[in-house]
Amino acid sequence: MDPGHAALMALLLAILGVFVVLPIGAVLKVALTGAEGGVTLSHLARFFVTPLYMESLANSIVAGLWTVAIGTVLALPLAFVVARYDFPGRMLVVTLATLPLVIPPFVGAIALMQIFGRAGTVTLLAQDLFGLRLNIMEGLRGIILAQALHFFPFIFLTVTTALVNVDRSLEEMGQMMGAHGWRLQRRVVFPLVLPSYVAGALLTFVKAVDDIGTPFILGFKNMLGPQAYLRITTVGRDDVDGYVICVIMVIISIVCVLASNWIVSRREYATLQTGARAPEQGRTLRGWRLAGVLGLCAAIIGAGLVPHLGVVLLSFSKVWSLSYLPSAYTLGNFAEIFLRAPRFVVNTLVYSVGAALLAVVLAAAIAYLLQRGRVPGKGVLDWIAMMPIALPGVVVGVGFLRVFYGITLPGIDQPLAATWVIFVLAYMVRRLPYALRASHAALHQVHPSLEDAAGVSGAPRLRAFRRVVLPLILGGVVAGGVLVFVTAAVEFSATIILVSRIEQSPLAYGIYVYSQSALGRGAAAALGVVAIVIVALGTYLANRLSGRGKMAFTL
Amino acid sequence: MRLQPVDVEVRGLHRRFRDTVAVADLSLLIERGEFFTFLGPSGCGKTTTLRMIAGLLEPDEGEVRFDGRDVTRVPPWHRNIGMVFQNYALWPHMTVHENVAFGLVERRVPRGEIGGRVEEALRLVGLEGMGGRLPSQLSGGQQQRVALARAVVIEPALLLLDEPLSNLDAKLRVQMRNELVKLQRQLGITTIYVTHDQEEALMLSTRVAVMHRGHLMQIGSPQDVYERPADPFVADFLGGANFLAGEVQSVTGGGVAVALEGGEVVRASAARNTGFAPGDRVTVCLRPEALELVPADEAAGGGNLLHGVLRLRNYLGWLMTCEIELRGGALIRAQAANPRVQLRFAEGAPIAVRFSPEDVLLLRNPA
Repeated sequence: MDPGHAALMALLLAILGVFVVLPIGAVLKVALTGAEGGVTLSHLARFFVTPLYMESLANSIVAGLWTVAIGTVLALPLAFVVARYDFPGRMLVVTLATLPLVIPPFVGAIALMQIFGRAGTVTLLAQDLFGLRLNIMEGLRGIILAQALHFFPFIFLTVTTALVNVDRSLEEMGQMMGAHGWRLQRRVVFPLVLPSYVAGALLTFVKAVDDIGTPFILGFKNMLGPQAYLRITTVGRDDVDGYVICVIMVIISIVCVLASNWIVSRREYATLQTGARAPEQGRTLRGWRLAGVLGLCAAIIGAGLVPHLGVVLLSFSKVWSLSYLPSAYTLGNFAEIFLRAPRFVVNTLVYSVGAALLAVVLAAAIAYLLQRGRVPGKGVLDWIAMMPIALPGVVVGVGFLRVFYGITLPGIDQPLAATWVIFVLAYMVRRLPYALRASHAALHQVHPSLEDAAGVSGAPRLRAFRRVVLPLILGGVVAGGVLVFVTAAVEFSATIILVSRIEQSPLAYGIYVYSQSALGRGAAAALGVVAIVIVALGTYLANRLSGRGKMAFTL
Repeated sequence: MRLQPVDVEVRGLHRRFRDTVAVADLSLLIERGEFFTFLGPSGCGKTTTLRMIAGLLEPDEGEVRFDGRDVTRVPPWHRNIGMVFQNYALWPHMTVHENVAFGLVERRVPRGEIGGRVEEALRLVGLEGMGGRLPSQLSGGQQQRVALARAVVIEPALLLLDEPLSNLDAKLRVQMRNELVKLQRQLGITTIYVTHDQEEALMLSTRVAVMHRGHLMQIGSPQDVYERPADPFVADFLGGANFLAGEVQSVTGGGVAVALEGGEVVRASAARNTGFAPGDRVTVCLRPEALELVPADEAAGGGNLLHGVLRLRNYLGWLMTCEIELRGGALIRAQAANPRVQLRFAEGAPIAVRFSPEDVLLLRNPA
C-alpha cells in the first residue's frame, strides 16, 4: 500500500460519498422510513395501489417500449444497409443518421408540435388535401414520436458497430455449410448481433424513461418523472410519495443497466476472437437495388431530421399559426435570447463548464488510482463513480434537493441547494461516468512502463505524471470533459427539480418556460438552436480529440 | 562519457504477489563492470528481481546495495540507473532528442550542455542526426537504439536491460546483440540483463544466474552453467538434455560405470564426475548434440553404445533431431548438425547411439 495513494483515495471517497452516495441514500431513506422510524415497505406498497401512480408507471413503460420499437424499425434497416452494402453516399448516411442525437428530445418536441400538432403543417395538409383529421401528437403518441426520432441513432450505432465487427469467417463458414442470403442473415448474423442490439435497446429504454423534458414540453404529466416532480414541488420536499416514485425509477433503471452490462460482457464470443478478420467492404450496389437502398436511407434520415428543420424554421418565424409554414420571419427570437434575456445561455455555459472541469479532475484522479493505485479496495471507487449511469436525472435532482437544502455555506444566507452552485455539482455527478470512461480509456493507452522509464530517468512521481502521463492522456481527458459539457448543457431532468428562481435557470429550463406560451415558442426554438449548435460542435470536438469515432454517443 | 560503475549486492531479497512467491530469499553479488544475466523461463522471478534492483518494486524482505550503500528504500529517480524496457517505453509525444534529453533535464544539466551529450549518445548507438524524429517514425531496431541512448546518456552507475531484444526479428536480434556487447565493453558499465533466451545469456554475459520459480538454481560463467549444470532443470533449460535414471556400479581411475534401469552400462569420465561412490542413485545427463546415430551392429569402440529404435526424424536442413526409443523404453533425443549421415536411417529401424564418456554428466539424485 502506498500512503500517498491511500490519502488520495480517502479524499475521493469523501467527495463521492457526499455528492453521490448521500443524495441517493437520502432518497432511499425517506422512501423506506416509516412514520415512527424504522424500515418499512408500506410507502412502496401504497405506490402500487394508487391508480394515478400505476397509470404513470404503465405510461412510462409503454412509452419506453414504443420508443424502442419504433426506433428499432427505423434503425435496423439502415444499419444493415450501411454495414452490408457499399454505395455512393454511404458515409454521408452514417453521419446524417447520427444527427438526431444532437437535438435533445424536448427541443425536438417543440418542432414536432409545430409540424404534427393540432394546427401543425402535416395536420393542416392532411385536412385540406384529404379531409383527414390527424391527431399524431396527442398524449403518449407525441412523446413516443419525439423520443423515437431522437433515440433511434443510438440503436443504429450499436447495431452497425456489431455488424461491422462480426468476424467475416463466421459468415463464410455459414456459407460453406450451405446458408446464404436471408437464411445466412437469420441463422448466423442475427444471432451474433442480437446481444448488442438488446444491450443498446435496454439503454435506450432507460434514457426514454428518464427523459422528463418531452412530457413536460408536450404537457403530459401522467408519467413517473413528471409525477415525482409534481409531488416534490407542489406537495413539498417532505412528501414521501415523490421519493417512492424516485425509488421505482431507480429500480427500473438499475435492472436495465445491469442487464445490458451483463449481455455486453457475455457478447465477446461473437466478435473478439483471436485471428478475427477485418470485415470486407460491403457488396457494391447498382440499378434498382441501389435506388431502393438510397430511397430507404433518404426516407429514414428525412424523418430523423424533421425536428431539426422544424426548430430552425420556428426560431426564425415571427408568426407561424394555422399555416403550413411561417407567415412572417424575424431575427427577433435570437435578439430575445441573446440580448433581452441572455441569462439562459450564460447560465448554461457557466454551469456546464464548471461541471466539466470538476468532472474531469475527479475522473482523471479516479482513473489514475484505479489503474495505477497501490491501495486496497479501490474497486469501490469505480463502483460509486459509475453509479450515476443508472440514476435518473430526476432522482439526482431530488436527492440533491433533500441533502443540500439543509446545508448553508458560511457567508451565504441561503441553502446550498438554492444557489447556482448546485447545478454545477448536480451536472458533474450526473455525467461523471462519461468523464471517467474517457479518462480510463486515455490512461489505458499509456503503458505503465512509460511512467517507470520516467522514474528511472530521474523524474519523481509528480514530475513523471506532469511530463509523461498528463500530455499523453490530455486529449482523451479533455474529450471526456467536452462530453460532460455538452450533455450538461441540455440537461433537463435534474434541472427542473433544482430550479428555484428564474434568474438561475439554464437554457433547458428556459426552453420549457418559453414553450408554455404561444408567443414564446419562437424564442424556445432559438434556444433550441443554441442547444443544437453546442451539442453538434462539442460532439465533433470530442470525437476529434479522442481520435476515435462513435465514442461520444456510446453511453 | 565518464561512468562510475557500481557493484550491486542483493541480500535475502524476497517478494510475494498475493499467494505466489515471485522471488525467494535471493542473495548474490554482481561485480563492478560485469555483464550479469538473469536467465529463466517466464514467471521465474527474473524481471521481478530486476524491478526491485531498479527501485520500481519494493521487496517484502531483504535489501539492495550499490557499492555497499543500502538503497532499498531509495526511489528509482535517486538511484542513477539507466534502464531499457522490453517494449522500449519511448515517450510517444516526444522526439528522439527529447526522449534522450529527458533524464538530463531532470538532472538540471545546463541547457547548453544537453544538446552535445544527446548527440554523443545518439552517435554511440548509430543514430546521429535522427533527433528530430518521433518514435513512431522509427523502426523497431531504431527504437531499441533510442531506448539504449536514453539509458546511457545520464552516465548511469548501472544499466538494466529487461528482455530488450525480444521484440525484434531474429536477424536484427543477432545484430543488436553484437552491438550491445560491444557497447557494454566499451563503456565498462555494470550491466544486468534479463532474458529467457539461453543463446543471448551465454553470448553476452560474464556470469549467468539461472532462476526457476523464484529460486536461484545456479550461478556461474556461461561455460560453467552449460558444461556443469547443477541440476536437471538447468541442464534442460540450457541446451536441452536427456535424463536416464541409474545406479553407480563402480568407480575407477578410468571412469564411473553406471547401470541404467534397462540393464545397460554407461561409462562416464571420472575427471568430470567426481565424488561418486558405488551404490549412488544418479541421473545420467546426455546432451542431444553429443549423441551420434550409428547402425545397430556398430562396435562400441572406446565410447558408450545404447541400442534402440528410431522413432521420429525432424529434418530442418542444417540440423536434424531424432527421437530414439531405447530398449528399456526410455525416449531420448539426439541432434546432428550435419544430418546427411543420419538420413540413411529410416523411422522404425533398429539403431544405436554412440557417445563418449567425456560427454556423460552424472547428477546426484536428491536424497
